[in-house]
Amino acid sequence: MNLTLIDGVIIVAYLFFTVSVGAVLKRYTKTSKDFFQAGRALPAWVCGLAFISANLGAQEVVGMAASGAKYGIATSHFYWIGAVPAMVFVGLFMMPFYYGSRARSVPEYLRLRFDEKTRALNAISFAIMTVFSSGISMYAMARLLQSLHVLDFALDRFHLPAARVFDLSVIASALIVLAYVLLGGLISAIYNEVLQFFLIVAGFMPLVFLGLKNVGGWQGVVERLPRGYTHAWQGLGHPPTNPLGIEWFGLVMGLGFVLSFGYWCTDFLVVQRAMAADSMESARRTPLIASIPKMFFPFLVILPGLIAIALPNQPVRPALHSGGQTAMAISSPLGQGIIPAKIDEKTGRAELDADGRPVLDYDLAVPNMLLHYFPAGLLGLGLVALLASFMSGMAGNVTAFNTVWTYDIYQSYIRANASDAHYLWMGRMATVFGVALSVITAYFAVRFNNIMDVLQLVFAFVNAPLFATFLLGMFWKRATGDGAFFGLLLGTSAAALHQGLTLPGGAEVGLKGGWLGAVVHQYPSQMAQNFWTAIFAWTVCFLGTIGVSLVTRPREEKELVGLVYSLTERISEKHLVWYKRPVTLGISVLLVAAVLNWVFW
Amino acid sequence: MGLDVRVPIGLLFSFLGLVLTIFGLFSDPEIYRVSLGINVNLAWGVVLLGFGVVMLFFGWKRRAS
Repeated sequence: MNLTLIDGVIIVAYLFFTVSVGAVLKRYTKTSKDFFQAGRALPAWVCGLAFISANLGAQEVVGMAASGAKYGIATSHFYWIGAVPAMVFVGLFMMPFYYGSRARSVPEYLRLRFDEKTRALNAISFAIMTVFSSGISMYAMARLLQSLHVLDFALDRFHLPAARVFDLSVIASALIVLAYVLLGGLISAIYNEVLQFFLIVAGFMPLVFLGLKNVGGWQGVVERLPRGYTHAWQGLGHPPTNPLGIEWFGLVMGLGFVLSFGYWCTDFLVVQRAMAADSMESARRTPLIASIPKMFFPFLVILPGLIAIALPNQPVRPALHSGGQTAMAISSPLGQGIIPAKIDEKTGRAELDADGRPVLDYDLAVPNMLLHYFPAGLLGLGLVALLASFMSGMAGNVTAFNTVWTYDIYQSYIRANASDAHYLWMGRMATVFGVALSVITAYFAVRFNNIMDVLQLVFAFVNAPLFATFLLGMFWKRATGDGAFFGLLLGTSAAALHQGLTLPGGAEVGLKGGWLGAVVHQYPSQMAQNFWTAIFAWTVCFLGTIGVSLVTRPREEKELVGLVYSLTERISEKHLVWYKRPVTLGISVLLVAAVLNWVFW
Repeated sequence: MGLDVRVPIGLLFSFLGLVLTIFGLFSDPEIYRVSLGINVNLAWGVVLLGFGVVMLFFGWKRRAS
């Protein structure tokens, strides 16, 4: 497909604006507090939209539509069960400790509450993970642009081969994110995230409107698809009777409790946005405000996937490499709806699964929807929405990385008593090498796909037990540093052990499980295995932390004031009218989420 | 904070809205076959322009006060 001049104008305008925002904000970024904490001066709604936008990485917009096409509306569990309750919890119960303590980052909170080694463990694993995720975002975006052939004509003009699209995309996205984070730090990243939030909504709303109109509304989607696709909870009594292949308990505990609380309540990438708020009240409201759009995001990002699979099968059209006048969706024989089958690059034929059915390339659901419905003009806006989702995810990781590196690693272990100007300089340097490492990761992903899968697995093991540590740290004053540290190690080992001894049905022994030499249990699906790995890790960390804490010496209570629930003064909200209190907002959000679950039961 | 976030949002959306609206007015109706015959550029351009102007209004109002 080819882009027209008008699409180009829209894309260039977007790129120009993101960098300009950074350039304008540069003069407000004078101290390290401005650079790493946005001066702690932003209103709640700005932090709230940045909070959700920073999470809108590659996996969100493209991945959730793909998942919608594969599993149906059950994907919304990742929002209504797997995000909203945790966001309400972090706002109401945990923000007082993050924002109210002197901590400037999540690992620093662990240092204040527990000890140096727990902080080091968290800071180092987190820093590596952010660089890795931002590299993966870059890689995914470059692969997408490459497969859509949207930039081929631009390269052709400079007599470069189309294969260079990957390099162009990686380098351009790295430079743009680098420019605006380097200039304005966290404020600039947050402002751009708010901008990107609105762009994502603006790009996807007309897509959902046109798609729904085409298939005859939600009723049309229901009629065209099998029943399981349009009901989120039906069949969740037993794994084989629902598309996710998991039972409700594993889903609610694994996804809804362990993984979701582990991410939204402890991941500095999102918590950093709330910590940039101008007051405790705003900081607490940030995740609550973020949960409102989050709740309705399934309609924006999952629905296009459902529509893509519900449409009549598309006639196969020859692939266009250059010279075509109009944009068209990528198609292949054996696809379903407008989702093409995966084509094996070596044989040129459709890939088949174990049952002989073609494997569908679900990741193309959203790009194909854009190409299917958007004329020149709006297509530029749709592509901007895609780019915005990748860039906000990347920038979110970069800002979290430079802060953790500078405060929790550099200032703690390399150079402790330098001037503020020195740390500001270090933050900018960290941004440069953080982005450089992400670029290296992106290229590494091309060459060594397997190593990337291994790394992703290791991160899952590290993350799974985290919430147990924070929960005990904030709500049990007896928990000790040794307890937290060894609890985390035990939890991570438990995750590895569980994953290494189990296997999802139909999978071969290897990365997917069973690599410890024996398969003790077969799970009906990989999702079920992942959720249960998380449940095991969390439980072992929880019990391990309690056990070790009980045999080690507790800290003086006066050192824990402001860090633990029972030793911290309750925040009074009496001065606020009842409907302005965070608690009211939190309860309303939960009620609406419950109603959504009921409507799509 | 010296720069209200609504100002850059307002500027970008007003610009995008204007570009889409003008393009929608003068584009060949044939290109709207993909969008079910609806001139989405015009319709959505006007909406984005309106959103941009509202953002600019509030962004500048705060600065003035």
